[in-house]
Amino acid sequence: MKNFDYFEMRIPPKTQYIGIVRLTISGLASRIGLTYDDIEDLKIATSEAVTNAIQHAYGDEIEDKDEVVIGCALYKDKLEIMVADYGRSFEFEEVKKKVGPYNENTEVEFIREGGLGLFLIESLMDELKVLNENGVTVFMTKYVSREQVNAHEETDVF
Amino acid sequence: MELTVNIKSENENQVVIAIAGEIDAHTAPQLREELFGVDLNSIQEAVLDLSNVGYMDSTGIGVIVAFYKNGIAKNSEVKLVGLSPRLKRLFDITGLSGIIHVEEA
Repeated sequence: MKNFDYFEMRIPPKTQYIGIVRLTISGLASRIGLTYDDIEDLKIATSEAVTNAIQHAYGDEIEDKDEVVIGCALYKDKLEIMVADYGRSFEFEEVKKKVGPYNENTEVEFIREGGLGLFLIESLMDELKVLNENGVTVFMTKYVSREQVNAHEETDVF
Repeated sequence: MELTVNIKSENENQVVIAIAGEIDAHTAPQLREELFGVDLNSIQEAVLDLSNVGYMDSTGIGVIVAFYKNGIAKNSEVKLVGLSPRLKRLFDITGLSGIIHVEEA
């Protein structure tokens, strides 16, 4: 028997559905006993990944067959989320070099207005992997801390 | 997912912009449009009240950074008030709280 439950959402690459993905992730995360802060982190990380998939992969040319796939594996002690698009891929390492936190010494005109998504995912999740093949797939993981797992199991019994 | 932006001129030097709702890739363009509709030329201080923002990600950060830069270019100070601990954390992680004046709720 596999030790996780798998959920999948396939959405059109339109920003109006990001909020729905966020709500679903929040529901799944609370089911395995993640804390309020962990759930808020997950909501941001997932939204960032889906936003990237919609904006970078498809741009303005949306075709009927295009979709973004969000897969969620629920384990007892962790939640794995996969976000995949089948559009244009990007060079992760190249992109990663260009993103990062702001520095207070930066001259105002050089403060970037975008490109923080990937940095936020990396900061807010416990693990991040990016696969660049026929589009981009982002894998990210959030672990339930040990005390929370135990507390949750007890409440599950009753 | 609705976003409301309420713009009030308290006096001729200050404008208070109260934002309510969720700021993501879907609502950020609307926010950008409303913020850039505010004429900062004769205003010394623009206050963004975020106390009713329940969710924000990097798309919201991008709009706020653009608005802040626009404020600097027009000599008006942009500050953010009413940040929840979650929003404050977002500004801390991104390093933005070292650049823009932010106040917690």
